[in-house]
Amino acid sequence: MSHEAAHEHHYHDPANVTNPEHAEHHIVTPLQYCYVYGTLLFFTILTILAADWDMGIFNPVVALAIACTKAVIVILFFMHVKYQSNLIKMTVGCGFFTFIILITMTLLDYISRAWGLW
Amino acid sequence: MDNVIAQSEPLMPRETSVHEAGYDVEHEHAFVPQHRHHFETEEQQREAGSFGMWLFLLTEIMFFGGLFFAYLLYRNWYYDAFVPASNFLSIKWGGTNTAILITSGFFMALAVWAAEVRNKQILVWTLVATMLFGWAFIGIKGIEWHDEWVHHHIPGSGYDVSEFVNPKAHGITDAKPLPPDMAQRTQIFFFLYFGMTGMHAVHMLIGLGLLFWLLWRAQRGDFTDGYVAPIENFALYWHFVDIVWLFLFPLLYLINRHPLAH
Repeated sequence: MSHEAAHEHHYHDPANVTNPEHAEHHIVTPLQYCYVYGTLLFFTILTILAADWDMGIFNPVVALAIACTKAVIVILFFMHVKYQSNLIKMTVGCGFFTFIILITMTLLDYISRAWGLW
Repeated sequence: MDNVIAQSEPLMPRETSVHEAGYDVEHEHAFVPQHRHHFETEEQQREAGSFGMWLFLLTEIMFFGGLFFAYLLYRNWYYDAFVPASNFLSIKWGGTNTAILITSGFFMALAVWAAEVRNKQILVWTLVATMLFGWAFIGIKGIEWHDEWVHHHIPGSGYDVSEFVNPKAHGITDAKPLPPDMAQRTQIFFFLYFGMTGMHAVHMLIGLGLLFWLLWRAQRGDFTDGYVAPIENFALYWHFVDIVWLFLFPLLYLINRHPLAH
């Protein structure tokens, strides 16, 4: 009986009507923005220092890794994606995923041609 | 209220739709003027707005993505030309501009918070700060572009390769001299440099124009009465433009400081 009641309750989750997207309205505090701001400045200095250091082929890799880290921090906190509904998270994820597919497919075409051999 | 009953109830006035009847009886709403009737709830309206804004930003990712991809391929192709051309750019100015843009984004994030807590004064001042740092970025970009112009690094008939063919004569000691044909390829670097930073700057200028409009409406009190969407969606745009620069800076300024010997 109790199991049925629980099931019943779950089925009629009132939030499905009042908030169908289950989107919580979250206000990020100024203090948290300060932490994000400090982190972004830290990574900016880090990437400039890293450029001075000869790492061979890893210089661009490290620079891009730092840039990606900064971008993810901006997207999650400044752009509030961490606090958005699953629909928004999926949308953002799909966009970047599609972009990576386009880059990868074009690069595959590029590197698989016999450049200069004809 | 059950829809079936509502439909079969003859006393129901015709102009009251089934949907409306169920809507009003089943759950309460605090109606706010910005809440459009075709959204069930305010959260739904808000989410639909964010969703639309993100779809627009995804098209922007594809737009800038094409430019980044062109840069990737041409750097691979004309690596020897891209190294000295890229190292001509000033890390000092590029780094300063990165910090300025992050600061502008920080104030924009605070502006969203100010609108959420309905503080008009903080909202107006954070929008002003966002604008000032945005203009500072454009100003520094102008100094850098002027520098390229003085050195004849604008692609086209006025382009001068002598700094790349004979760097020592121009006081550049750490660059390898390029053969004249490869030196011509430095034009491709500057073509992409002006294209990418130029399109980024166009986005900044559009944003700065929108900021004037938002500032005018903010001081009128439009966004501190629970209606945050324009501020929130503009912030998404502004942060996106930030992100583009976070990639432009390392790719254009930083990654060629230690060229590979090959």
